[in-house]
Amino acid sequence: MEDDNAEDMEVEILPSMWPEDIDAAGKKFNVEKPGVDQDLLEDFNFNEEPSIVDFKRLLELTNYSEKGSSQLSYLVKNWEWKQENAVRLLREELENLRKQQDKFELKKLEILEEHRFEDDNYGGDKRPVSILDEVYDIFQDVPKRRSDVIVQDERLEIDDECDTTTVKYWKQRALHLEKLLNVSVQREQILLEKLEESIENLEKQSSPVEELSQVLKRADNFLHFVLQNAPVVIGHQDKELRYRFIYNHFPSLREEDIIGKTDVEIFKGGGVKESQDFKREVLEKGLPGKREITFETELFGAKTFLIYVEPVFSKVGETIGVNYMGMEITDQVARREKMAKLREEIAVQKARETELNKTIHITEETMRAKQMLATMSHEIRSPLSGIISMAEILSTTKLDKDQKQLLSVMLSSGDLVLQLINDILDFSKVESGVMKLEATKFRPREVIKHVLQTAAASLKKMLILEGHVADDVPIEIIGDVLRIRQILTNLISNAVKFTHDGKIKINLNVIADPYPKAQITYEENELQSQETVVWIRCDVQDTGIGIPETALPSLFKKYMQAGADTARKYGGTGLGLAICKQLVELMGGRLTVSSKVNHGSTFTFILPHKVPQACDSSDETDDYKDKDDNGSMEEDDLKCGFFQFKTRTLGSLFSSNGSGPTHELTRSESDKIDRISVLENNNTNHMSVDQDRPFHDPCIQKNRPSNSNKLMKMDSGTTTSKSSARYKILLVEDTVVNVMVAKRMMRQLNQDMDVVNNGVEALRAVQRCDYSLILMDVCMPVMDGLQATRLIRSYEKNGNWDEARLAGVDIPDQISKEQPRKRIPIIAMTANAMSESADECFANGMDSFITKPVTLQKLKQCLEQYLPSYGAL
Amino acid sequence: MDAVSQLQRQFVEHATSLYREGYLDDQFTQLLKLQDESNPDFVVEVVSLFFEDSEKLLNNLATALQQESIDYKQVDAHVHQFKGSSSSIGAQRVKNVCVVFRNYCDEKNLDGCLVCLEQAKNEYLLVRNKLEALFNLEQQILQAGGSVPMMA
Repeated sequence: MEDDNAEDMEVEILPSMWPEDIDAAGKKFNVEKPGVDQDLLEDFNFNEEPSIVDFKRLLELTNYSEKGSSQLSYLVKNWEWKQENAVRLLREELENLRKQQDKFELKKLEILEEHRFEDDNYGGDKRPVSILDEVYDIFQDVPKRRSDVIVQDERLEIDDECDTTTVKYWKQRALHLEKLLNVSVQREQILLEKLEESIENLEKQSSPVEELSQVLKRADNFLHFVLQNAPVVIGHQDKELRYRFIYNHFPSLREEDIIGKTDVEIFKGGGVKESQDFKREVLEKGLPGKREITFETELFGAKTFLIYVEPVFSKVGETIGVNYMGMEITDQVARREKMAKLREEIAVQKARETELNKTIHITEETMRAKQMLATMSHEIRSPLSGIISMAEILSTTKLDKDQKQLLSVMLSSGDLVLQLINDILDFSKVESGVMKLEATKFRPREVIKHVLQTAAASLKKMLILEGHVADDVPIEIIGDVLRIRQILTNLISNAVKFTHDGKIKINLNVIADPYPKAQITYEENELQSQETVVWIRCDVQDTGIGIPETALPSLFKKYMQAGADTARKYGGTGLGLAICKQLVELMGGRLTVSSKVNHGSTFTFILPHKVPQACDSSDETDDYKDKDDNGSMEEDDLKCGFFQFKTRTLGSLFSSNGSGPTHELTRSESDKIDRISVLENNNTNHMSVDQDRPFHDPCIQKNRPSNSNKLMKMDSGTTTSKSSARYKILLVEDTVVNVMVAKRMMRQLNQDMDVVNNGVEALRAVQRCDYSLILMDVCMPVMDGLQATRLIRSYEKNGNWDEARLAGVDIPDQISKEQPRKRIPIIAMTANAMSESADECFANGMDSFITKPVTLQKLKQCLEQYLPSYGAL
Repeated sequence: MDAVSQLQRQFVEHATSLYREGYLDDQFTQLLKLQDESNPDFVVEVVSLFFEDSEKLLNNLATALQQESIDYKQVDAHVHQFKGSSSSIGAQRVKNVCVVFRNYCDEKNLDGCLVCLEQAKNEYLLVRNKLEALFNLEQQILQAGGSVPMMA
């Protein structure tokens, strides 16, 4: 029993040889129990090179620096404690053994006493116990243990004196006990030996230096283990900042290069000085600090280190150096910077997004504004057309010359406003590229003149408006006259707006093709496909306030004006020039501007135009828009290339002078030449012919060869032509309401007309009777207007109705000479005012078209254009 | 204010509202202009003709759209005619419906066509009522010995 106990104790003692509590006390190292991990550590082959130690210094440090001594004292304390612990354990052990010995001693005494007592007992009172004899024999078989203790021998001998079996028994028993005792004593001796041995061992093991260095070594190993791949440099520098110790896993310098030197002595390049200064700062302040320093040295290249510097104090509290730790964080810094950059980018992105949202918002606003503009324009259009219609009606009443003239200006301005409104509505179409251009024949001189005339009519300033058209500009060209007029009008009104005195001039001349191979972008009129193209340059020149150079780039932008001041002072939408530019570009041209502040601006646009085949100035001309005021121009007038208009004063406007000119034409000195004399001298290129004739004076026959006499007769006969000859007019229309309205309108225009309800009836009517004009609905039952026109054209050409019959129309034969007929003007009446539809009309041989609903004005224009010598009311 | 001027005022107001609300457009003004002493009833005549024509067309359209297989060409022709006549008298809203109607015809969209027919009918009845009211006022003014104000 006791034996086991002793062995257990041995086992327990062994582990306690290693001070378990070192963990608790020495957390700084976190060294594990050697039994478990020592092997592991031994596997590592530490490269101890990196740490370069000035041992003498270390010793000094340990002696003098607070930290060193505290560390030393800690180690000593630790060792002492450990020894104490061992001693304590040994003492306990001894104590234990002693107790055991006492116990045994006690037991021995007991046994002896018992013996004595029994001896006495047996001596006095002898009891017969014979029966037990054999039983007690067993004891004799037990091998006797020899006890070293001799003290009891005599007693055993004494027992011998008893001759009874009882005595024998007790003898045996005593022997046995003695044996046990001997064993116990033996054990005690063994234990004592062991104890001695253990103490010896202990003494051997726990020599403090060995222990300490072991601990240190282990710590060192662990440090190496931890640090072996860390991108850190650890060092100690004295107060002169000379290295006394450095650990660097990737050393690039040898020990002698570093120890005893300062940073500045070792390295060269960016950041070295900074780090040195930082260390000095820490040294002086005595407060640890961290800093990020980017080195740019030959040795490392560009690297960023995070440096931690900590002052080291002596026992008396002086700083005697610094410990420093540097970690390379180049990648982290790069990453951080990248992050910062990203963050910045995100911020920018966000800002841009906000901006975009704002823009979207603005765009939406703009859209709404546009929508409103469209709506407004629409709203304005209705009352405006009321005004124009009334003016039209008014012009059919009896008026004197002045009134007629005023009315004509009113009408043309009204038309223009209407046109402009339409253009604003079309503006979005241009922007989205769906606007289509018409290609019609027009006379540039007339356009220029008309534009100037209109501008002059509304002038409120004293300005001279001039037009110069070079001789080589063709009389007629093809283009979208409405758009060109719009551009001119815009530019002129712009010029007028910004010019306070002086002149506004339009120059028109032919230039060489600026893009020799460029395609003409505007729609080709299929009827006239073989024209030559001329490029015409148009300058609109003013002597106004000019445009500062800085404002030029934004000039053609929508809703932009040269400056806020300008906008306030001159008003306007800022849409005009943008429209002009868009239109010009749409027509394949270019709009440019040059300007000098206070001297004036010149807007120049160049446009390609096709030229129709030499002046067959046919009745196909459909520039009815411009013909009113110039239809009767003489050939020479057509070629006149100079116009001048001056502002009319209020006085002359209302002057009772019958010939008070609206526009003065000053080509010659004689401003007020009587019309007849002008006509008689028509080779002097006077244009005054038109000056006194109202716009809508219908005595027009521009497509007929005329001579001055005839013209004169007509002019003078204006009043008689009111009851002018009736013409045979045919209306082909299936809708009764339309028929009724059109008929009534014709009545108003002093004309009667025949009415048929479809194309077939129209053919029959044409066969029966010669018409001067046919108004043809396009969509009709039985036969539509297009086919009917085609068949009529065929009849005119061939003198027979063969083609009509081929088409299945039943036409009664007529004995007629098969000879080409005179071409009857056929005017389409169409509900679709789209360009395609117009093209279709032209393609089928129609001369022109009027859009439904038919108005008096449209009808009248039509009659004026297509009926020879048609005189209005 | 005497009865006549009151009637005249009513007439003007009614007529103006017809323009303002888009029942009529300039074309109606054109018609008014075409009326003179030699032709005092022109507008009423044209408009009555329009009513007759419209009812006929609306009937035709209703029939055409009830066919098993619809002849959209035929429908389109009717609508075209309706559009022509309504635009001729300036019945703007009817005309506008016709424009949409024709689009549906192009698409052969029966549902759209039926909706448009219904709308066209409504618009026609509306403009008819309005015009009849206008003529009624005109008659009253004339009977009261006044003259019909000029509408432009």
